[in-house]
Amino acid sequence: MALVFSEEQIMLRDAAKAFLAGRAPVSHLRQLRDDRVEQGYSPELWTEMAGMGWAAIVIPESWGGLDYGYTGLGLVLTESGRTLTPSPLISTTLLGTSAMTLSGNTVVCEQWLPQIAAGEKLLALAFEESSQHRPESVSVSAEPKDDGYIINGSKQAIIDGHTADAFIVSTRTRSGEDLTEGISLFLVANDAAGLSVENTELLDNHRSCSIQMQNVLVNRGQLLGPLHGGYPILQKVLDRGRVGMAAEMLGIAQETFERTMQYLQERKQFGVPIGTFQALQHRAAVLYGEIELCKSCVLKALQAIDEDSGDLPVLASLAKARCGQTASLATAEAIQMHGGIGMTDDFDIGFFIKRWRVLNQQLGDSRYHLNRFARLRGY
Amino acid sequence: MPDDQNTFALEVRKWLAANCPEEMRHPYGSEKDACWGGRKFEFQSEAQRLWLERMGAKGWTAPAWPRTYGGGGLDREQVKILKQEMARIKARPALYSFGISMLGPALLKYGNAEQKQRFLPPIIRGEIRWCQGYSEPNAGSDLASLQAPALDMGDHYVLNGSKIWTSYGDFGDWMFCLVRTDPDAAKHQGISFMLFDMQTPGITIRPIKLISGRSPFCEVFFEDVKIPKKQQVGELNKGWSIAKYLLTHEREMISWSGLSQSGVKAVSEMAVDTIGTRDGLLADPVLRADIARFEADEMAFALTIERARDEVKAGVSLGAVSSWFKYFGTELNKRRYDLLMDIQGSDALAWRGAPNNDGKLARDWLRSRGNSIEGGTSEIQLNIVAKHILGLPG
Repeated sequence: MALVFSEEQIMLRDAAKAFLAGRAPVSHLRQLRDDRVEQGYSPELWTEMAGMGWAAIVIPESWGGLDYGYTGLGLVLTESGRTLTPSPLISTTLLGTSAMTLSGNTVVCEQWLPQIAAGEKLLALAFEESSQHRPESVSVSAEPKDDGYIINGSKQAIIDGHTADAFIVSTRTRSGEDLTEGISLFLVANDAAGLSVENTELLDNHRSCSIQMQNVLVNRGQLLGPLHGGYPILQKVLDRGRVGMAAEMLGIAQETFERTMQYLQERKQFGVPIGTFQALQHRAAVLYGEIELCKSCVLKALQAIDEDSGDLPVLASLAKARCGQTASLATAEAIQMHGGIGMTDDFDIGFFIKRWRVLNQQLGDSRYHLNRFARLRGY
Repeated sequence: MPDDQNTFALEVRKWLAANCPEEMRHPYGSEKDACWGGRKFEFQSEAQRLWLERMGAKGWTAPAWPRTYGGGGLDREQVKILKQEMARIKARPALYSFGISMLGPALLKYGNAEQKQRFLPPIIRGEIRWCQGYSEPNAGSDLASLQAPALDMGDHYVLNGSKIWTSYGDFGDWMFCLVRTDPDAAKHQGISFMLFDMQTPGITIRPIKLISGRSPFCEVFFEDVKIPKKQQVGELNKGWSIAKYLLTHEREMISWSGLSQSGVKAVSEMAVDTIGTRDGLLADPVLRADIARFEADEMAFALTIERARDEVKAGVSLGAVSSWFKYFGTELNKRRYDLLMDIQGSDALAWRGAPNNDGKLARDWLRSRGNSIEGGTSEIQLNIVAKHILGLPG
């Protein structure tokens, strides 16, 4: 597939750009923060986004979706990175929906996906158990009981868990030498007996939560994917998440870069615009190139999802690692080149580095993915 | 494929089958196998000579040039077909020529009828080998400040001064040269573009040795060299536009060629072969991290070349972006050689002797330091990106 966007995709991107710039620019995030809105996003806005079909982008048509593909979703995510608009796009549309569609559990899909496509239900993926990204490190247990399972243990760092109608939880149903074997995924309703949720506000004003499960009962119908064989599905879901986050980080990098270039033209010191100085010109030119490299990685990875390519793991790690690095550089240079004003809360530019920090860390940071990239390539 | 293109493809296939010698149906073993043509050229074999003769007569050494001057007269699609058919039988290029890649297009655009008629056919047949006289010891990045004076003596010019970094100056038959014809005008407005025979009395050539050893670069000295006026191309004192046209061509050539390393062994593979692994990971963890960063950049760059090619096919023109490709590709290449040297450990340090091929890797590593300097320095490329893509002032 050629590394160019189709006309349809460009139209989707432009519609997303216009909607977000008009309805939810950075001031929207600022207001959610200042008003201490507990959800961390606007449910009204999510209804509008669902009205535009965004909740349904990757859901198959048979379940009420648009089946438009992940490249389309990636474009929307990139635009949401530009405006820093919080929404359930990553937790529900990307991670939760993928887990359901990849699970093969058609009953669950039938029950949930149409409502998710309509923007009426939300999901969250619960798989981390420590401060480090280790999806294979699962100690939450699921023991067989009657016709179901009893789940015990805790999960943390759950993206948007506090508003989820249900959690997709990775549990250990069998122990062995290989940690990646014996993992099973279950759908756990947010009102399940024995489940408690604790919410945290992160430095980017998005929400994260931890859950404690004490003898939480689930039935066989809530198993997503094969018993003991949930890890490959989890990794596939995570890879899609990584690519989506890379797409959002690309938007962050592009937006901060453009704002900084504009500032270099406007800000005058020593009688000239500061963009006249060669040191800044060279740093800008280098950053320009870094962003172009990221665009290629993100597009290739999005296409790999849509083509169900075996290259997805390598491309997902490449995209997450590189976009993490580039967005780091872009957001840091943005503050530095804006000088003192870049350090003020009043000025918007500081919001971008905060969002980068969170996105970089979630689902494996740049170092994690450079390591994974190397492992996948045989060293 | 449309019918007429199909017919053409079949004609090409038939002609190649009948005219491309078997020996020429293999990629080059090394740089030494390239055919540069020219008066001094010693053919490696009769097959090489024959291949040049036949392709030259057909005009397919310069397939897109007008038939009037002996070129192939092919359109874009046909040139593509020719390249595909040659690739199909692994036919090597019949001729490497600065005349074809650089001077020819400039002559087609700026030369008069007499100059085109005189110079293009010998270029196409590989009879004349050209070298370039641009940079001077005091005019590198600031090329327009070049000084070599060409004095108007009525029916000819007299040239003095010198040029530096002339590739294959000692093998060139003719030179295309930028000279100063108006020392009083603003620097960009006093430059002219001239052609002359390297056998003209007054020309001395001195090869330049690099830190890597021998090189094709030369210094060329002019002492009262006579240049007939009919060998001045384009308008007098308007040579800078011709120079720029040529440089854009040269830059675009460098951008695409030799930057994608397909078919070459991965750095990580060489590392594993040489250093080994521990628990499935490269045995040197710090080197492993550096290699991972490098290979991630390398893959991202290959994807970006692919994306640029797809965008060009879709009608987007690259323009100044080629400057960024040159910058990043050359810096990546330098990193590659740094890592290759690191991997070989003390084996990479020997300068002479058969075991490591007379220090070939070390020489290539040293030579690669020049990649970010020749063809426009990295700093100049970043200036171009800043000004022409990002629109920054100054």
